[in-house]
Amino acid sequence: MSSTDTRMKVSVWRGDHEGGEFQIFDVPAQDSQTVLDVVAWIQQNDDPTLSYRFACRVGMCGSCAMMVNGQPRWTCRTHVKKVLKDNCIEIGPLRNLPVIKDLAADMDPFFEKWVKAEGVFHPSKTRNDQIEEIDPASVQRVKADAGIECINCSVCYASCDTVAGNPDFLGPAALNRAWTLYNDSRDAGSRKILDAVSGAGGCHNCHSMGSCAHFCPNGLNPMDAIAGLKRATAAAFFRRRT
Amino acid sequence: MLDIRLYLLQRLSALVMAPLVIGHLAVMIYAIQGGLSAAEILGRTQGSFAWATFYGTFVIAVSVHAAIGLRVIAHEWLGLGARALSVLTWIAFLVLVWMGVRAVWAVTAPGGVA
Ligand code: SF4
Ligand code: SF4
Ligand code: FES
Repeated sequence: MSSTDTRMKVSVWRGDHEGGEFQIFDVPAQDSQTVLDVVAWIQQNDDPTLSYRFACRVGMCGSCAMMVNGQPRWTCRTHVKKVLKDNCIEIGPLRNLPVIKDLAADMDPFFEKWVKAEGVFHPSKTRNDQIEEIDPASVQRVKADAGIECINCSVCYASCDTVAGNPDFLGPAALNRAWTLYNDSRDAGSRKILDAVSGAGGCHNCHSMGSCAHFCPNGLNPMDAIAGLKRATAAAFFRRRT
Repeated sequence: MLDIRLYLLQRLSALVMAPLVIGHLAVMIYAIQGGLSAAEILGRTQGSFAWATFYGTFVIAVSVHAAIGLRVIAHEWLGLGARALSVLTWIAFLVLVWMGVRAVWAVTAPGGVA
């Protein structure tokens, strides 16, 4: 498939927070083409008013996630040949988030929940203290490392049916971060974290169906992190009462 | 819409229910295999504190468990808000307790229910 004479039918969502519809574009197929390349081609060659978001194009920044054929994906690292069906692709803004315009979803609620879940570092030392030595092989560090490679892409958040049905649910990414920090020996906020994830929108709402783990492009398992939080919060609940 | 308290209540009620379900199934199979008549069964349950405790505990555990489960479904599928959810949870709990306690009383009341 090297020729540029093959063309694909690409349906792209056009609209804003009030609604919209799919618009069909005719895009030339190319070698090693990614879904992000397709979107960029449309914006550069067909309709410059198409809005979308990206930065690194190498799967590091987490800004290019979209719904591709109804499934959340990092578009810069999703090959067209993997998702092309009957020569068609459908591309839309991420699910479970408000749409700003076209393919750009509003990430604010996603990041607000990170803060709400205490997914922020709580320092335990000052600049005057010695740098703490961390043994990468220690059990606790291995647990922290399991979830650390999150790129904040919101793919898991878009895949989560619990977020769809329960808008207060903090969601897989924020809870994965909370669990990572809980296991980070340098973080002094474990109590705060457990309290933050025990409320009405907390980790206990997760149905453990695993869409997050299935779709995370970095192979992380937020469901597992949430199971860890459920255990830790339950243990803390009984500890505090005895 | 599940905080840690409700979550733990639901898990604990499940924990209580698990052996009771097995016990209930075993009793059913035993009663049928042994060909016990309704009168014979009632003869054993009426006035039995043990059976009243067994099924009474079962009723409470089921009511707690189901009420919280319904709460989650009502929130995720019907979008009910916090207040409506609390009302629904309590109503579901009380209705289930009422129906269950009536049924337990009907088979364990000493001398039978008139
Ligand atoms: S496992 Fe939990 S967090 Fe992950 S997608 Fe399912 S409900 Fe959402
Ligand atoms: S956990 Fe995975 S899918 Fe979710 S935001 Fe992080 S990298 Fe993306
Ligand atoms: S553009 Fe950075 S992850 Fe895709």
